[in-house]
Amino acid sequence: MVLIFFLSCGIPNNPYPKSEQDAEIYYSTFDEEPKHFDPAVSYSSDEYRFIQQIYEPPLQYHYLKRPYELIPLTAETVPQPRYFDATGQKLPQGAPAASVTRAVYEIRIRPGIMFQPHPCFAKTEDGTLRYHNLTKTDVKGFSEIKDFRMTGTRELTAADYVYQIKRMADPRLSCPILSTLQDYILGMEAYSVALANGQTDAPFPGVEVVDRYTYQVTLKAKYPQFVYWLAMPFFSPMPEEAISFYNQPAIKARNITIDRFPVGTGAYRMETLIAHKEIVLVKNENFRVERYPSSGEPGDREAGLLDDAWEIIPFIPKVIYKLEKEYIPRWNKFLQGYYDSSSLSSDTFDSAVVFNDTGDPAASEALKAKDIVLRTSVRPTTYYLAFNMLDDTVGGYTPEQQKLRQAISIALDYEEFTEIFLNGRGVVSHSPLPPGIFGYESGEQGINPYMYDWDAATDRPVRKSIEEARQLLAEAGYPGGQDRKGNPLIISFDNTWNSAGATARLTWMRKKLEQLGITMESRTTDYNRFRDKVKNGNFQFIFWGWNADYPDAENFLFLLYGPNGKVRHDGENAANYDNPAYNQLFEEMKNMENSAERLARIREMNRLIQRDAPWVFTFHPVSFGLSHQWVQNSKPNALGGGTLKYLRVDAKRRSENRQAWNRPVVWPLWMCLGVFILGTIPAVITIWKRERKPQ
Amino acid sequence: MITYIIRRILYAIPILIGVNLIVFLLFFVVNSPDQMARKILGEKNVTQQDVENWKKQNGYHLPLWFNTEASGISHFTETIFYQKSVKLFVFDFGTSDANNINITSQVAQRMWPSLAITIPTLLIGLMVNITVSMIVAYYRATYVDFWGTIVAVIVMSVSQLFYIIGGQWVFGKILRLFPISGYDTGTDMLKFVILPVVIGVIAGIGGGIRFYRTIFLEEVNRDYVRTARAKGVSETGVLFKHALKNAMIPILTNVVLSIPFLIMGGLVMEAFFAIPGLGSFIIEAIQAQDFAIVRSMVYLVSVLYIIGLLLTDISYTLVDPRIRFE
Repeated sequence: MVLIFFLSCGIPNNPYPKSEQDAEIYYSTFDEEPKHFDPAVSYSSDEYRFIQQIYEPPLQYHYLKRPYELIPLTAETVPQPRYFDATGQKLPQGAPAASVTRAVYEIRIRPGIMFQPHPCFAKTEDGTLRYHNLTKTDVKGFSEIKDFRMTGTRELTAADYVYQIKRMADPRLSCPILSTLQDYILGMEAYSVALANGQTDAPFPGVEVVDRYTYQVTLKAKYPQFVYWLAMPFFSPMPEEAISFYNQPAIKARNITIDRFPVGTGAYRMETLIAHKEIVLVKNENFRVERYPSSGEPGDREAGLLDDAWEIIPFIPKVIYKLEKEYIPRWNKFLQGYYDSSSLSSDTFDSAVVFNDTGDPAASEALKAKDIVLRTSVRPTTYYLAFNMLDDTVGGYTPEQQKLRQAISIALDYEEFTEIFLNGRGVVSHSPLPPGIFGYESGEQGINPYMYDWDAATDRPVRKSIEEARQLLAEAGYPGGQDRKGNPLIISFDNTWNSAGATARLTWMRKKLEQLGITMESRTTDYNRFRDKVKNGNFQFIFWGWNADYPDAENFLFLLYGPNGKVRHDGENAANYDNPAYNQLFEEMKNMENSAERLARIREMNRLIQRDAPWVFTFHPVSFGLSHQWVQNSKPNALGGGTLKYLRVDAKRRSENRQAWNRPVVWPLWMCLGVFILGTIPAVITIWKRERKPQ
Repeated sequence: MITYIIRRILYAIPILIGVNLIVFLLFFVVNSPDQMARKILGEKNVTQQDVENWKKQNGYHLPLWFNTEASGISHFTETIFYQKSVKLFVFDFGTSDANNINITSQVAQRMWPSLAITIPTLLIGLMVNITVSMIVAYYRATYVDFWGTIVAVIVMSVSQLFYIIGGQWVFGKILRLFPISGYDTGTDMLKFVILPVVIGVIAGIGGGIRFYRTIFLEEVNRDYVRTARAKGVSETGVLFKHALKNAMIPILTNVVLSIPFLIMGGLVMEAFFAIPGLGSFIIEAIQAQDFAIVRSMVYLVSVLYIIGLLLTDISYTLVDPRIRFE
């Protein structure tokens, strides 16, 4: 009966209601429950993919252009800093960093931008805020924002941006970048201390409202990378009404908080939040007129990515994200047409991707038959194996110690690693900088000469031979992997690799080092212990990685800057590398605009770290994304998350394909039923006979 | 009976204190408040000052057990253990450490999808297991019993994950009869729960048949059964009227003890079928080092388990008039 009921409902495996059949809805997934939607607190890509659709910082990255280019979002222009010296004298743009004591960024936002409809703005007839000073009775039974009947809106002003920066200074919020910002924004540290002591009216000279649409941020020093921070959700506007609304005890008690229900000016607003089930975004009714980009990088026009140039965005009125923790059901539902896009895991890689004659990946025949489109992009991420430079054996800066690390770097063949363990989803790295970041160089100029030779015939780098690595090891004082006293060289590798595939990776590493006669001891531990070991410098060799906050060389090269050392300064330099020459170059480079001089310094820094080899440069991951043919304008954008507004969905085509791909197959069920009935007949006969048999 | 119940409830208090103590000990042996803060704040750009701020905001800046800087009773009350434990006893679970979500409302929301899967699985599974094991017992010492037992051992030896992935593949992907995963409320819920329930019943059938078969075989060899047969009662009558009634005590023990765990759902089943239940709530909290959720959920399970044991004892009096509470 149940089966007949389902078959009468059309496509029985359709997980969505019939009413959504031809609706222009974009279906996607998330595999982990997002924890924060407050832009002052959230610092995770899993959360950014939602809040970047809702909140709008002043700047954004161009959707199509590569390398990534900053463009205005709510701002009128990308702000240019004004520099001042200690006497208050204005300095030219190229002023040396040492002379700059104040850097002022004046940001002018566009007038006429409205906040999404939200009850925090709702007003009564006499003009007072409708949902402020609420009691428990007023909100009895409320669990979501949509339970409030009335909504309102108002225009975005500069004060909303200033308010948000002041919120970040509040230690009660636990803003994850507060300490970093305190190092740069004038007076933020003192303001934060004052807030901690309950002084809410303390001065904060680093952030000021200039007029209704203009505000300025004053930094204590020259820091050209600050403009990139202005594209991060931390610097989104926050209306004061929203915070006073959410701070009401009656609302807090109902679990309705700013950390769950955002209030933004972006293309979308949150309609439903059930973090353990689904998140629904709908088009912000108050979103201004914004248009699809009219230019991109070469190839975008041919790929159809400029077909919608100048069209008003967003195209899709509703987006539904479903929580799917497991990859297999997520993948199968994507193939059935129930999700519009999907990532690719190692489990399905071989059936989904083929490599053509030139070595470029393409969708397999099975996926091509469904017109599924494959797009790849190198992520602005670097993975590395860090030596502890404070360690007596693998650390140090003498030529012998450098040679030991160089030999290990050569032996660990990451071309092979990416092929075996990543299905080629990685670009082998020669320096910390991934492709697309200023300072990254391909070709002969960009190779690590201590690990590779340039093969002019094939026009590609060739890893140095294991014999050369052995020679380096001998010169380092470990011929055949033994020290001068004949003791074997044993290196410990600290890691948290306890998943199913970890053993194979560890075996691979062990075997590679055995080629040099080096014994590798794996010390697998839980993440807490591992983190403590790294913090205390109690390790020799670890695997680590970094995702860029912004597309600038400084955001990668600071990982090896001495004053960022993990042990001595609690910074992000896990290798504790501290080379004065590198530090000097970094300090010069970080304050420079992208230029030939800056490139020269980056090259010099790369040569130093390639020689000193505090890291084994491993790979930059490549993400493989698949989408159905009915999804248009899809282009991977690793830094700019607010990209939903550019996508378009052909709902009619999707509906047709779903129907064609999901026709139910029922005959095996009837067959099983028949077998069951036939099978019970002998049993019934036997029981009947037994019951009739005299005792 | 009332005195007995009150006595059992009073016994529960030291047990719950002990459970809370053990959870606290185990959690903080593995994780320090600093490590919790770093895990929750994230990996990038987090300084010691950020960690201290977080600890202060969430009450983890206090000493674990004994506050040397306090005086009098505050030595003990101004500690993490006291501050985090005392409210549990009035079922005030507070908010999660990771995202300040109200834990009670989360439990209230998530237990229904879990129950939507586990209750039908329990009831249908019980009926199927008892029926099949009675058939096997009926055909005891025949090839039906022999092969039935072998099949039961095979079925129980296969991982639940196999049934889940296999079920999704066959019924969701190949036959396209059910959604592969998902959940909805109202009548739409039906199409999402059938497949997990069927898989849950099949995955539990092996162990169930073996367990109930043993019980029924024990019963059919008792003296009262021989007397019934001597009086001319048919074999089906012996099984359904006499043996089943007398086998109710172990069946009830098994069923009532499993009731508390119905609310907690199933981790693997819920993850693969995207059921928004409680199954993964505690596991994810352990991974996220969210002590607030861990202690609340362990406490809740303990309370439910104690209630389950009490209900089991009470239910014995219903099926066996000889049992009386002294």
